[in-house]
Amino acid sequence: MTADDAAFIEVDGVEKVFTVRRRAGWVRRERREVRAVDGISFRVPRGEMVGYIGPNGAGKSTTIKMLTGILVPSGGRLRVAGIDPAADRTRLARRMGVVFGQRTTLWWDLPLRDSYALVRRMYRIPDDRFRVNLERCVELLDLAELLEVPVRQLSLGQRMRGDIAAALLHDPEVLYLDEPTIGLDVISKAKVREFLREVNAEQGTTVLLTTHDLTDIEQLCRRVMVIDHGRVMYDGGLEGLHAVGESERTLVVDLERELPPITGIPGARTVRVEGPRQWLAFPATASAAPLVSAVAAAYPLVDLSVREPDIEDVIAKMYAERAG
Amino acid sequence: MAEARADDDVRAHPPEQTPEPTPARATARERREAWGYEEATAGRGPRAYRGLRAYQGVRVYFLIVGMWVRSTMAYRTSFVIMTLGNLVVTALDFAVIALMFSHVDVLGGFGLAEVTFLYGTSSTAFGITDLLFGSTERIGRRVRDGTMDTLLVRPVPVLAQVAADRFALRRMGRIVQGVVLLGWSLAHLDVDWTWDRVLLLPVMLVSGAAIFASLFVAGAAFQFWASDAAEVQSSFTYGGTTLLQYPPTVFTTEVLRAVVFVIPLAFVNWLPALHILDRPQPIGLPGWVGFGAPLVAVACCALAGLAWRAGLRAYRSTGS
Amino acid sequence: MRLHMAVMASGFRRYATYWAATAAGVFTNTVFGFIVAYTYIALWDQRPQLGGYDLAQAVTFVWLGQALLAASALLGGGFHEELQERIRSGDVAIDLYRPVDLQLWWLAGDLGRAAFHLLGRGIVPLLVGSLVFELTLPASPLTWLYFLTAVALGVLVSFAIRYLVALSAFWLLDGTGLNMISLVLSLFFSGMILPLNVFPGALGDLAAVLPWSAILQIPADVLLGEHQGTDLVTAFAFQAGWALALLAAGRALQSVATRKVVVQGG
Repeated sequence: MTADDAAFIEVDGVEKVFTVRRRAGWVRRERREVRAVDGISFRVPRGEMVGYIGPNGAGKSTTIKMLTGILVPSGGRLRVAGIDPAADRTRLARRMGVVFGQRTTLWWDLPLRDSYALVRRMYRIPDDRFRVNLERCVELLDLAELLEVPVRQLSLGQRMRGDIAAALLHDPEVLYLDEPTIGLDVISKAKVREFLREVNAEQGTTVLLTTHDLTDIEQLCRRVMVIDHGRVMYDGGLEGLHAVGESERTLVVDLERELPPITGIPGARTVRVEGPRQWLAFPATASAAPLVSAVAAAYPLVDLSVREPDIEDVIAKMYAERAG
Repeated sequence: MAEARADDDVRAHPPEQTPEPTPARATARERREAWGYEEATAGRGPRAYRGLRAYQGVRVYFLIVGMWVRSTMAYRTSFVIMTLGNLVVTALDFAVIALMFSHVDVLGGFGLAEVTFLYGTSSTAFGITDLLFGSTERIGRRVRDGTMDTLLVRPVPVLAQVAADRFALRRMGRIVQGVVLLGWSLAHLDVDWTWDRVLLLPVMLVSGAAIFASLFVAGAAFQFWASDAAEVQSSFTYGGTTLLQYPPTVFTTEVLRAVVFVIPLAFVNWLPALHILDRPQPIGLPGWVGFGAPLVAVACCALAGLAWRAGLRAYRSTGS
Repeated sequence: MRLHMAVMASGFRRYATYWAATAAGVFTNTVFGFIVAYTYIALWDQRPQLGGYDLAQAVTFVWLGQALLAASALLGGGFHEELQERIRSGDVAIDLYRPVDLQLWWLAGDLGRAAFHLLGRGIVPLLVGSLVFELTLPASPLTWLYFLTAVALGVLVSFAIRYLVALSAFWLLDGTGLNMISLVLSLFFSGMILPLNVFPGALGDLAAVLPWSAILQIPADVLLGEHQGTDLVTAFAFQAGWALALLAAGRALQSVATRKVVVQGG
């Protein structure tokens, strides 16, 4: 491994300050400085898959936008594959793939196949590489039946798979994923994770992903960075993030009528009651099935749902631990 | 440039230059070195790089345009209806002039054939630009909804992507109308076609289209700062072409000064056309001023290019 | 009624938030006002009293057109693309099951929009026009009141037409063609591109009785003092007549469409 490989992504004291103008009355405006990214430093070696997590507004997307060259940093030094993204945006663009969970990079009115053909010509992908990559993506992401469908008619999960394929057709060395599983159904999530794991393992593609879903991190990344208020709060192995192991899922149950808090369910405790609805917390690692049957056996159950642990909870716990 | 062109389309490679087929499971690095495309200009200085970018821009523009045309043609009936509709809407402009001339024989001292000449040249130049660059109007929406970012992660110039986005072939309607009326006016005008006048006609149309293009691009750049102010652009583009459909004698000297010295719309057709029609130039301008149109067009394009770069830079530092 | 007032207020606020768009629109209206005013001056210079207007009246007509362009939605827009989108996506089924009437709901929103556009995009162009050109603006507040009444009736007619066009989306897969025809008719027969009294012969007679004349030509003539006494009542009656007829047609079409949604499920 060369020096270049050990620090494939190099971030040194990078800052991004926005000036926000806010209307205060009819004419008067207030100017305020917002430090979206406040002195971040890290290195990512080639081929690593890193989770970049944090609450909303922590600076995750801003970091990704600086790494891709969309945004110019206000300070600090940033290199990807030895290239300064802000100065050499288009040169770097050939070597990276980007997926924005919230918006598509595909052409809204064109069928996927046409979008891919455009990507091929834009990135000048050799015919043989294009064919091999497309076949692989179509197979692993299950796109065969979607190729002739205009992007606007795809479901969110289908579109996301289509987007991920588009980002990988030109064999990028680094792949940025901004909330790739947001709003996806369970099957799509699983497919996307499986595919990303394979791309990382077999192609050696460096992957940086932001997410709200802790399961993404648990299943994909050995290394996690937690960012909050524009600063790196934690950078290390998943196991070091104690709170993940201790995090809890929530079973939300709707009972037939208002009842006193549910008791006597092993491994769960009632944390909230609101009319006929009650919230039960249980360890994230435990299965929900025995819990559900225990509740159903003892209480008049109408409906239920399971909430995954939230990044916000994990970070809150992290703060609590540091303080304590 | 030569390297870039040879690299443009892999299928265009002569056999001996075809890159070695790489195994499917090669590492990213191996593959990169096997193709080495963008290294074509490495170490060749900024001029080669800029040249490559300009070439890339044009190439990508036509790639995207081709895709849109094909997708438009998939709904042929809809396309025909839209083109006809477009033709009728633009024809309304001329309907006004026709209705006016049903009451008068001259407007501002210009007869119907002369006004139609102005109308035809203005519409043709504007139509060409509207077809090629009209989509830049939509950039404010992209800034607002954040899809601008998706253009910035691609390895091709943003302006080309913006201009080609949703390319609307139906805008041909305006060019068709402009050319037909221009042809009609030429048949009915009494012009002494000396060689300089013959030359000036195509030069005027091309320079005019370029001046309009610079207004479209500058207007798009403005939207990086004021993303919902797309209409300001229309006052110069659509407003400009409407203004130029009428004789300059109709307007006051303040208006004339503004469109000669501030926003040089007068060079799109008025000043060259006055030379062709053998009429005196307004506000004391010399007789040869119409020949300055190409220079003015080049200057406008350069300024618009700077405005675009400033706008993109502002966007990239604020992200909104 | 309270609900509809609230919808109207939200229609007003919705457009009021985009102050940059409003400023840009005012700028464009003003630029076009200048361009068209000078061409009218050239025309009336050759033919004073053309169409019964003197020069000042003709120029006033230009600036009124620019002032009402947004409020009376002469270029289309306002709501009907949004409604068409809801019809195509099937979301309209939700609207139809609400306990409020679809037509009144959209009308309230559009009236709110029109009220904002009249203030936000009407006043400044008219003011600029009156500063630079000699306009014929009435001194009597009563005439202004009549004018506002005529504008309100014109907005009703404009809404009723656009509502009919919007409902076509229940049957037409691609409504862009019809939208375009509607735009052309609106521009041509409202007086926006040229006052209707300048139209020659039979074309002028036809234009005068079509509903689009209620949107711009009549409000302008009311302000210019062309309609007085019983003539004024006739003008209002003409506007109200078209408004009622077209709103009723919209209602009939709406019930056919509702049946279609109920039977076919969208």
